[in-house]
Amino acid sequence: MSSRRRGRVLPGFGLSLGVTLSYLSLIVLAPLAALLWKAGDAGLATLWAGISSERAVATYRLTLGTALAATAFNAVVGFLLAWVLARYRFPGRRLLDAVVDLPFALPTAVAGIALSAIFAPTGWAGALLEPLGLKVAYAPAGIAVAMAFTSIPFVVRSLQPVLEDLEPEVEEAAFTLGAGDLAVFARVIFPALLPAFLSGCALAFSRALGEFGAIIFIAGNIPMETEVTTLLTYIRLEEFDYPGAAGLAAAMLALSFVTLFVVNALQLWRIRREGRA
Amino acid sequence: MKRRSILLLALTAAVIASPAAARAPAKEILNVSYDVSRETFADINPAFVAHWKKTTGQDVKVNQSHAGSSAQARAVLEGLQADVVTFNQVTDVQALRDKGQLIPADWRARLPNRSSPYYSLPAFLVRAGNPKGIKTWDDLVKPGVGIVIPNPKTSGNGRYSYLAAYAYALDKTKDPAKAKAFAQKFLANVVVFDTGGRAATTSFVEKGQGDVLITFEAEALGTAKEVGPKVQVVTPPVSLLAEFPVTVVDKVADQRDSRALAEGYLKFLYTPPAQTILARHYYRVSDRSVSAKYRQQFKPTRILTVEQVLGGWEKVGKDHLASGGILDQVFVRK
Repeated sequence: MSSRRRGRVLPGFGLSLGVTLSYLSLIVLAPLAALLWKAGDAGLATLWAGISSERAVATYRLTLGTALAATAFNAVVGFLLAWVLARYRFPGRRLLDAVVDLPFALPTAVAGIALSAIFAPTGWAGALLEPLGLKVAYAPAGIAVAMAFTSIPFVVRSLQPVLEDLEPEVEEAAFTLGAGDLAVFARVIFPALLPAFLSGCALAFSRALGEFGAIIFIAGNIPMETEVTTLLTYIRLEEFDYPGAAGLAAAMLALSFVTLFVVNALQLWRIRREGRA
Repeated sequence: MKRRSILLLALTAAVIASPAAARAPAKEILNVSYDVSRETFADINPAFVAHWKKTTGQDVKVNQSHAGSSAQARAVLEGLQADVVTFNQVTDVQALRDKGQLIPADWRARLPNRSSPYYSLPAFLVRAGNPKGIKTWDDLVKPGVGIVIPNPKTSGNGRYSYLAAYAYALDKTKDPAKAKAFAQKFLANVVVFDTGGRAATTSFVEKGQGDVLITFEAEALGTAKEVGPKVQVVTPPVSLLAEFPVTVVDKVADQRDSRALAEGYLKFLYTPPAQTILARHYYRVSDRSVSAKYRQQFKPTRILTVEQVLGGWEKVGKDHLASGGILDQVFVRK
């Protein structure tokens, strides 16, 4: 019973670390390196011209705006879904639980075609919304819908296990100390969920930023209006404009990094604050 | 030794590829093509396989790959093993030469009609009864007309539609500035830019977007036949010649030793049986007897060419399609 051996139930640390690192390098770092290589090839001026063109800036605005809207929507609905799945027992719960993963399993292009068929003016949802003046398909709203659809599992799946693991004793203790329902939720449950909730939302946000397949079928793809950054990247590739595409891709990558960095910083700040308290 | 291992590899591949492993290993070629040619080549390939069997006794197979023409060109450049390409755009084939040295410079001279076995032109598909009264290109730039075309940046089909609008205006006014303004108005009326030709057809027909779809006459006529009376085809009195250039990809064919088969396949496209299939898919063909037989399905049209009106593909590439070119200038909305 030596504490020195803890964490090494299986032998072969060196080998498994080696495999892990080579695998990560191969599937994550190599493509990124190739991207930066292509980007670096072009020279900074060309690269910057591609990144800062008026059309590219319009795509950032649209992509960020719709991704934020989709994430806000997912934060609310995803929280609700995770809560219902973790806290209640009802017939069909397992089915609902499985359905949450569907956006992961469904090819995004299929999702895009299905969504655009539903939300087009000739589809059943579109036919209801259009008379109200709500244009979803072939408008920015459609992009947000597609993003929300493909990224909601991140929020649910991040929250659900944490919710399920919350010790009922903690809540009971809060009740016995005289806290009301709202106070228990706001001061006991929610703070415990916050890290998972934030990272779920951040993952959903990054996923929404990078979404392509589902969007191009519902967006309308009109330059300056409904063209997302991933599509413009694709268009640049079609034009054999590799530096342009690499520049846009690097910009997207930087955005994703910033998102993840912000979330990590938030969590660190929270941990420190709690450590002091 | 090396040769034997290659043979073994080929055999294994053939065994894996064909479920009936007892048959002699079949030779295969891959035809990499544009988006809306799926059904056409699905008809041509069996006819070719039968023809090849009859003339050489060999069992062969032709595999197909379809997507936007430029996307396909890029795939081939990045290593997709295409023995032949059948594109809808001279610039996309030329890219195989300019960016990858996969084909010789004189590729257009290797087969008749500048290596284009059939042709078509951008035509209009409108809703039943043509409620917006769309007859010619001038009707497309009127306010309130919604146009659906595939994205000219990703689709050869869409590029022809843009170039046709520009060429029409240039031919009429002889003034590049006016033609550019016309093209700008034309693109401003577009309500959906799908990335490929077939997606655009779906947006127009199934999802009710826009008042007019502009696509190859072949796709327009084929769609009208398929979906019936809720749409109708309007062939404009003037349009632009859309060529469908084909070539053997020499580098791949030499590597895979498929040149004879690949060349045989492309030559077959010019024979009356293949030309008949093409005409049945509403492409215009050059074979005299076939073209006479199918004359009634096409409206007489004055056909402008890129060479006459726009100074050739090289110039189009430089002036219109290059980054910052005329297309970029009129494409982006202010």
